Amino acid sequence: MCLGIPGQIVDVVDHEHHIAKVDVSGVRRNVNVALLATGPDAVEVGDWVLIHVGFAMSKIDEEEALATREFLERLGNPYEQELDELRASSIE
Amino acid sequence: MKYVDEYRSPDVARRLADQIAGLVEPGRQYKLMEVCGGHTHTIYKHGVENLLPPAVDLIHGPGCPVCVIPMGRVDDAIALAERPNVIFTTFGDMMRVPGGNGSLLEAKARGADVRMVYSPLDALRIAREHPDHEVVFFAIGFETTTPSTALTLLRARSEGIRNFFVFANHVTIIPAIRAILASPDLRLDGFIGPGHVSTVIGTVPYRFIAQDHGKPLVVAGFEPLDVLQAAFMIMVQLAEGRAEVENQYSRVVREGGNERALEAIAETMEVRTTFEWRGLGFISQSALKLRDEFADWDAELRYDVPGVRVADPKACQCGEVLKGVIKPWECKVFGTACTPEKPIGTCMVSSEGACAAYYNYGRFSRRLETLAT
Repeated sequence: MCLGIPGQIVDVVDHEHHIAKVDVSGVRRNVNVALLATGPDAVEVGDWVLIHVGFAMSKIDEEEALATREFLERLGNPYEQELDELRASSIE
Repeated sequence: MKYVDEYRSPDVARRLADQIAGLVEPGRQYKLMEVCGGHTHTIYKHGVENLLPPAVDLIHGPGCPVCVIPMGRVDDAIALAERPNVIFTTFGDMMRVPGGNGSLLEAKARGADVRMVYSPLDALRIAREHPDHEVVFFAIGFETTTPSTALTLLRARSEGIRNFFVFANHVTIIPAIRAILASPDLRLDGFIGPGHVSTVIGTVPYRFIAQDHGKPLVVAGFEPLDVLQAAFMIMVQLAEGRAEVENQYSRVVREGGNERALEAIAETMEVRTTFEWRGLGFISQSALKLRDEFADWDAELRYDVPGVRVADPKACQCGEVLKGVIKPWECKVFGTACTPEKPIGTCMVSSEGACAAYYNYGRFSRRLETLAT
């Protein structure tokens, strides 16, 4: 729950409700991007974000995203568990 | 960006450790506290403390949101979950946390409809799918997860979903740090500030720690080298007689935090007069409840929540661990009566709890080996 996991935005699913599809280590699920909808950190397809409990909390660059992902993969079980929970998620 | 490569290099780690050692004043003992479950996890998993000189001690404060939920609130959650017609939704981490009356996992085994969700928006979807049921979301966490609950409430209101209720247990980091600073048991030299919480609140709210208490705080990322770098930055401040708020995690954390997140929290929630923290007792203005405008979605108003305070088990020293007064392995039941499989205290439940992190990563056995030799 407390792990911030990096994902890349692959599609905007619902503009009105700020729902975008992200790819997190190959798992593609919807998340809410309302917190990064406007301003200097506004995100679009192709951008990387750090995700907490189904919400994109910060925009990060690709290098940071890949480094964080590798760090999480090395963490092992906690990241696997987070991915399992993401797989079970179905945000509309 | 130069950070990433540098932070991943073992040479940099060694150099930082050497530099930290070089900053130690002879005869002085340093206590640096982190207040973030992610940092606790990283420190134990990667043995960061083994790289530090013996004069520098890392203390694990109350940064794990699962760990600070008091037993009475777990019992309240179970009472809600056991109501007929209620679907009770929770993050997986809370399932095994023991209350006075068992855990949510045990309530589920007894027949309560308890479901793990990844996101509060999943709980809202369940409410949409089950209009004939009442769906309660167990909202826990520091400022990292609070905006998610806030935005979910706003969505529930805009869609007119009336069978969704939030059992709010969101806590705020600043009052916890204040309580730690006021605690007579502990003399700290500086703080490693939480990374993700700070993406929301920014770095400004920490200024009182430097200005009023004369202690440095450095917001840090989650890789071992981030934590080492933050420890180094604190040691430099101490050596130079400075006390400031600095941001080691500037690649993610902005000084002003996330304005939209803060607005969403302010729109939906307000500060409680007081809230009980496991092990720390009641801390005034340290948690959030729903605003009157969201009374229709407030589980505490919708249902008769027992609200009975349950004392922590006598054997469990989670409170002392959360305040950093003792190390996990100094608790009498650590690793014997209390294990991740059968936890007595919350610190042993979440993988980010200090006790579980210590237990899982074998520091305990290594420590014993060290003591034995």
